[in-house]
Amino acid sequence: MTTPLLSIHGLTRAYPGVIANDAVSFDIHEGEAHALLGENGAGKSTLVKMIYGLVKPDSGSMSLLGAPYAPANPSAARAAGVAMVFQHFSLFDALSVAENVALGMEAPPPMRQLAARIREVSQTYGLPLDPARLTGDLSAGERQRVEIIRCLLQDPRLLIMDEPTSVLTPQEVKILFSTLRKLTAEGVAILYISHKLDEIRTLCDAATILRHGRNVGTCVPQETSAREMAEAMVGASFNAPRRAGQAAGAVALEVRDLSLPAPSAFGTALRDVSLTLRQGEILGIGGVAGNGQDEVLAALSGERLTEPDTIRLDGAPIGRLDPNARRALGLLAAPEERLGHAAAPEMSLTENALLSAATRERLTRRGFIRWGAARAFANRVIAEFDVRTPGPETAARALSGGNLQKFVIGREVLQRPRVLVVNQPTWGVDAAAAAAIRQALIDLAAQGAAILCISQDLDELLEIADRFAALNEGRLSEARPTTSLSLDEIGLMMGGAHGMEVAHV
Amino acid sequence: MLRLEPRPQPSRLWTLTTPPLAVLITMIAGGALFAALGKDPVEAIATIFWQPLFGEFSFYYRPQLLIKAAPLILIAIGLSLGFRAGIWNIGAEGQYIIGALAGAGVALAFYPYESALIFPLMVLAGALGGWAWAMIPALLKLRFGTNEILVSLMLVYVAEQLLAAMALGLMKNPEGRGFPGSRNLRQYDSAHNAELIAGTGMHWGVAAALIAVILAYILLSRHSLGFHIRLAGQAPRAARFAGVHPGRLVVFCLGTAGALAGLAGMFEVAGPAGQVSIDFNVGYGFTAIIVAFLGRLHPVGIALAGLLMALTYIGGEMAQSTMGLPAAAIQLFQGMLLFFLLAVDLLTNYRIRLRQREVA
Repeated sequence: MTTPLLSIHGLTRAYPGVIANDAVSFDIHEGEAHALLGENGAGKSTLVKMIYGLVKPDSGSMSLLGAPYAPANPSAARAAGVAMVFQHFSLFDALSVAENVALGMEAPPPMRQLAARIREVSQTYGLPLDPARLTGDLSAGERQRVEIIRCLLQDPRLLIMDEPTSVLTPQEVKILFSTLRKLTAEGVAILYISHKLDEIRTLCDAATILRHGRNVGTCVPQETSAREMAEAMVGASFNAPRRAGQAAGAVALEVRDLSLPAPSAFGTALRDVSLTLRQGEILGIGGVAGNGQDEVLAALSGERLTEPDTIRLDGAPIGRLDPNARRALGLLAAPEERLGHAAAPEMSLTENALLSAATRERLTRRGFIRWGAARAFANRVIAEFDVRTPGPETAARALSGGNLQKFVIGREVLQRPRVLVVNQPTWGVDAAAAAAIRQALIDLAAQGAAILCISQDLDELLEIADRFAALNEGRLSEARPTTSLSLDEIGLMMGGAHGMEVAHV
Repeated sequence: MLRLEPRPQPSRLWTLTTPPLAVLITMIAGGALFAALGKDPVEAIATIFWQPLFGEFSFYYRPQLLIKAAPLILIAIGLSLGFRAGIWNIGAEGQYIIGALAGAGVALAFYPYESALIFPLMVLAGALGGWAWAMIPALLKLRFGTNEILVSLMLVYVAEQLLAAMALGLMKNPEGRGFPGSRNLRQYDSAHNAELIAGTGMHWGVAAALIAVILAYILLSRHSLGFHIRLAGQAPRAARFAGVHPGRLVVFCLGTAGALAGLAGMFEVAGPAGQVSIDFNVGYGFTAIIVAFLGRLHPVGIALAGLLMALTYIGGEMAQSTMGLPAAAIQLFQGMLLFFLLAVDLLTNYRIRLRQREVA
């Protein structure tokens, strides 16, 4: 082949206590969609940060079209033709699309000219976007388009995308992929970070797999099975969770016409949410982020109160009960945000065990805390859910995301809930840990508990849920058995693609 | 170049060493300040920190230490509960004044009747007075979402006006020949908060401060309410998830702080001060904020910080009289203490590193 577009030689970067990248080398060619695969903590982020000039390598070198390339900062990287779309958008809700795009540019043209350019680029690449709209009103998919267009306006030679599909509906993913294919056809190279193996197999020409900061292999995704890639990422084979079908029991949780105003300006109002959850059943709730997931959890956990009859547990009205009263009755919850919601970051795991388990595990007596019992319970969670930590006195924030997630889920599962509500139970968790968490949920359901699993990971819901419903702008669709659903139908339940019709022009 | 790097976990070592380090830096910076004023810095620092404890007149100053430290500790303990929960009561000075007025009011109402019940009644009235004054910002916050910082602070000035009105009007000593100020409670046996052990400065307020320290310690380390207070301050969303009612915490924290400040005021007016006068309050309510933070919002730390602060008060007075240092210099010195503490506090959660050499 010709000179690679970007060539990486032995990049190494260490942080205190951990080597994030250990002599990583690979090449990306023009017009190539190159996947960067790896578990959380494998070093993908550090690697792209070095390419994008956010982090300096300790050793190693890069070259761009044969010339040495060592960006001192992101604007140097952009000047060299490297652009990046981050997983978390850096957009201002109160500004228009065009204003947001202008903020990310070195020398933005006059606003009118910029708006025209945005229209032009969005049309060329099939990414419909009105430059005058307020960013706060956009869907997640549309926000991502703003970021992509911001990059495209700078005519990049290499586009880095960090987990771009995690916030998209299946239809939006299709639109994105056709855009990316157009780009590669024009000779733009794409470095695509993801852990969704099927996507990589449809989109990418080559893949580099990282494990513990090392390049453990490259492969051609189309010729490699998803299972082989997953095993290369994890470094060992692991068991996918197994679901033994069983008949659902009596109604455990019933929600009828739950409506709640939005908790804040950028929150979501719930509108007439109704659902029935039976013993031994897992009900999956899908949907794009920000469509009412947090709000449903808050209403069920008791953080927000409703009319008494709106929520019934085993037939008894519980809408006005606080979280601990609901816990006493067996309704437990695990929120999405680990740090600051499900757990207090500065507090030890023992204290965090006390946080939600005080009532059911009898960790207090007449108001006084039984620290010994709390520590024992924390130790049990650590042992049974394989939480990697020096001990129960470690602060929650010192744990990696996956380990803390295992702790948070384990803490609720071990309290033997009758009904468990989880939001994004495996978000940011590596494949092996995610499989363990899913298995724990399945086992819990097999013991007769009712589980409501809110997740943005459709594969996860299809894997573990008996029935599936979708949240869209605070409304919940009818629940349907997962076995009879196709991806297209799910996409439509999630509200379809935003602006999909235009995209086929 | 220096760079701050977040620690994965707060450093236990630095949590304990930052307060003494802050005191040390304050001594150095304060010494420089005194030198700039043309005084001998070593002598000034020695006058403030050494003379009151071990100097020639220490027999007089040592009891003063407890007398000054007790109200500071009592108020700071109450404040620390709120501060931990993220509830900022800045108006302890006002609650202190109202507690004193309520306590003195009970005593003056019974004068000259003698009974062993009067003093306990005064204690109760003092606590209730401070509690009620603190309930104003609490209820306004719950009902209308007002900011407790502003409301409690503004109420200090209202309380000061009330104090002046009482000293000049309702509570004025009828036998005082027209001078402002109430009867002297030290001359009224049933109401006098006398020394429990003569010559030590140990009065009921000191006992109350000690009890408050112990109870606060138990509350924060053993009781679920204390756990909820800490949780609400560190992670409000997690607190709601844990079933904490934010409104109840506001009422409890402001109420407790008010009651303790009221008690401090009552013990002061019935003992060391003796009477309700226009300038009865001397800023304990504000200094206690420094004490609370200097003591890391920990009951034992607050007890030590209260003693240290009392020492700077007494030593400062000595330095004023013997060395002619301006009063403002002493206040500056106390302010520095808080400033440096907050500054070195950074080391608990961050470590300083030299920036690594850039790699080409």
